[in-house]
Amino acid sequence: MMAKDQATMDVTLTMDTAQPRRLDQMVQGVLGGAMARPEGPLKVRGAATYAAEHAVADLAEGVLVRATITKGKVKAIDEAAALKLPGVIAVLTGGPLLRNPAQGQASEAPEQVLPEVHYFGQPIAVVVADSFENARHAAQTLRVTYTEAKAEVDPETASTVERPKKSQIETGDFDAGFQAGAHQIDALYHTEPHTSAAMEPHASIARWDQGRLELWGSYQMLKHNVAELADAMGLPESKVRIHAPYVGGGFGGKLGIAPEAVAAAHAAREIGRPVRVVMARQQVFDMTLRRTETAQRLRLACDATGKITALAHEDRVSNLPGESYSEPVAQGTHFLYGGADRRFTHEVARVHRPAAGSVRAPGEAVGMIALECAVDELAEAAGIDPVELRLRNLPKTAPKGDLPFSENALGRCLKEGAARFGWDKRGTTASRRDGDWWVGLGVAAAVRTNVLEESIARVTLEPDGSATVATDMTDIGTGTYAILSQIAAEMLGLRPDQVTVKLGDSDLPKSSGSGGSFGAQSCGSAVFLACQGLRAALAKRLGTTEEELTLKDGTATSGNRRVPLADVLDSGLSATGHIKPGDTEDDFAIAGYGAHFAEVRVHAFTGEVRVARMLGIFSIGRVLNRLTAESQCHGGMIWGIGSALSEELQHDRRDGRIVNHDLAGYHVPCHLDVPQLDAVLLEDTRDDQANPIQAKGIGELGISGAAAAIGNAIFNACGVRVRDFPATPDKIFPHLPFDDWG
Amino acid sequence: MQISLNINGEDHKVDVDLRRSLLDVLRHDLALTGTKKGCDHGQCGACTILLDGRRINSCLSLAVMHDGATITTIEGIGTAEDLHPLQRAFVAQDGYQCGYCTPGQIMSALAMLTEAEEGWPSYISESLEAEPDLTDDEIAERMSGNLCRCSAYPRIRQSIAEARAQMRAAK
Repeated sequence: MMAKDQATMDVTLTMDTAQPRRLDQMVQGVLGGAMARPEGPLKVRGAATYAAEHAVADLAEGVLVRATITKGKVKAIDEAAALKLPGVIAVLTGGPLLRNPAQGQASEAPEQVLPEVHYFGQPIAVVVADSFENARHAAQTLRVTYTEAKAEVDPETASTVERPKKSQIETGDFDAGFQAGAHQIDALYHTEPHTSAAMEPHASIARWDQGRLELWGSYQMLKHNVAELADAMGLPESKVRIHAPYVGGGFGGKLGIAPEAVAAAHAAREIGRPVRVVMARQQVFDMTLRRTETAQRLRLACDATGKITALAHEDRVSNLPGESYSEPVAQGTHFLYGGADRRFTHEVARVHRPAAGSVRAPGEAVGMIALECAVDELAEAAGIDPVELRLRNLPKTAPKGDLPFSENALGRCLKEGAARFGWDKRGTTASRRDGDWWVGLGVAAAVRTNVLEESIARVTLEPDGSATVATDMTDIGTGTYAILSQIAAEMLGLRPDQVTVKLGDSDLPKSSGSGGSFGAQSCGSAVFLACQGLRAALAKRLGTTEEELTLKDGTATSGNRRVPLADVLDSGLSATGHIKPGDTEDDFAIAGYGAHFAEVRVHAFTGEVRVARMLGIFSIGRVLNRLTAESQCHGGMIWGIGSALSEELQHDRRDGRIVNHDLAGYHVPCHLDVPQLDAVLLEDTRDDQANPIQAKGIGELGISGAAAAIGNAIFNACGVRVRDFPATPDKIFPHLPFDDWG
Repeated sequence: MQISLNINGEDHKVDVDLRRSLLDVLRHDLALTGTKKGCDHGQCGACTILLDGRRINSCLSLAVMHDGATITTIEGIGTAEDLHPLQRAFVAQDGYQCGYCTPGQIMSALAMLTEAEEGWPSYISESLEAEPDLTDDEIAERMSGNLCRCSAYPRIRQSIAEARAQMRAAK
């Protein structure tokens, strides 16, 4: 029965045209609500198993060894001495070991360069022993000699600077347009490098069974990770299986296969025994991808009414030689505001700092800091309220390519946000004091490009009327288990607890994976399509059409016929849904929009900044689960607080190493840095061009622009315009109003 | 060296490497992986357990220092059928995202509530003598040793406040 129906039940959709709002016609009423995560009870009991925690028998422990030079070659490793230490089984270097993690969606091995060393902290060996302590001791005492070469580590003075052709864009005559403006801003902004710093360090357990590699890892995109790991190990993809049922945070840091996975796989193959390699926290900082520092020059001109007429966003980022990725700093600037005369330049300095890659909202997370602070500067220069200036600059079509917007609620977010936040109480610059604290308000727009990625999911209706969703998608804290069970339950008329969601196994149908805020919509669309296939098959069995079929509470209704779902399932039904991006992404500018509002307090004597209140209001199309969506907003906004005030990787100016490579030196926000937040979702918006479930990404929108709202609030509070982020007290306190020195 | 530990009410005898942290004894020797390793340096709080009733970072303590100790871990405060009020509140309020810091947040909160009941002031308490008023700021200060990179902080504190209200009502 199943095989016979299969061809008609599988549904593939290429997103070439707007899709009907089918989910709005469903009646189960479980989608969009604040449903608690189904895996929650496991997480709160410590019973969800993360990468290093899977029970694999006969494990040996591997510890990575890092390079202590910046550039050159490993001349010798005293393997013999290490092997004499208690418990040491092997010392492995060279071979497939990775220089750094694969970039997101690379699907091929990253650089494998040993014995060459390209940055301080690069993994150069893995020491395997019978216990973690023995492996760590041998790794820490391993004698390594090098041949050193000179290395450039400063992006400002680097001799190799690439200018990718597609990122140098001139429209109209920028120089003339800028000169002709009634008001002009020309400002240099800098942001320091960031790191993902997921709470779960990168960890892998590798086991070989008859030539097939099984790996338990902490990874975001399994179909790409399988390809990367297979390529690194010289295997066909069919010989690699990766499990990642729970991922302790990703944020881009676990997009691509990382050194510990290949080290574990290599070591396990060499010693004929399963091996676990867990990065120490310092190694996570040293050996995984950072977000580049940026230098950004913003030039904006507007006419007397505040209308932006000329805009230039020019930036320099950096990366290691050989890495094709570069932070797309101006990504949001291309379509946020108009202006006929435009210039974009993008430079990539080649330096021997740890490799740069994607960290939450690559592009907008740092580009929007400079853009949205510069827009605030323009508003100040033009004497126009910053909310009003933005409202006057909402383009009718996307400036880049003159494309229509699929859905753009920026204006609504600015207005509704301002009203909810009490924006009308914002005073003039440095006009509000509360004891020793200056108080001010700031605003910034939020925008994040929206992407649909190819994704497949299988949904099975079991004979008892329950359902199973299966896909290699991951849940990195984003709520995938919850939203996929809700989509399937809504479509099939079930309670969400009747839907079992199986994720994080590369043998399951291949999804987009988690990244770029595309996971929920891409994988959710695949589940939606599979359910449509099931609905059509059920309709056929009941002698009706899919449109006429109502599924609710486990009952199928068509006309005056009502039957329990389980009665028409026989041995069960299974369908695959397959979504592919299509013409809509070329025909429309598709993005999530929002606005951030912040109230900060700046200490009048020390320059310390505290965020007192923050409101983010977002338009992301259909909200799949209000609870998890709001949590994503909180996460993004708090990352905004971190990038505004405290997060910076500090590179040693001599050798490029990350000096503050732990959580005591790299300051992610803690509880007391974060007030209760107001995250508002416009729940009535739908994006018909985005995908068949009309939902857009949220995980990255919440950070985009958030730090700028804080920077702008600092200016409003005390009159100090910070252009180098994070806005640590040393950058504020020398410029504080003098008359407060008592 | 062999040590005895009472963990979640059960006695264990463990032969430990002198260099082994209490955290690694829990995770590696006893398969109690609910206690998490986030930094191994006392900087993140993911490894928080109760040692003789008080919260500690189990990564910062060598196991051999604790022969005879009584330990409570996340596995010891609730069951699948009967979650602890803190566990229930974290699920209901979405007081987590990836879940990796969650056991540490919950164990830290559990001890923190006891500290407040016992009248301990915090760095930001107005008075050193008055019974602490566990405002959102007070909870934040007392929980700042537990990092959450997903940044579920607002809802972690809402979860703690809700659980506290329930625990007090149940008394």
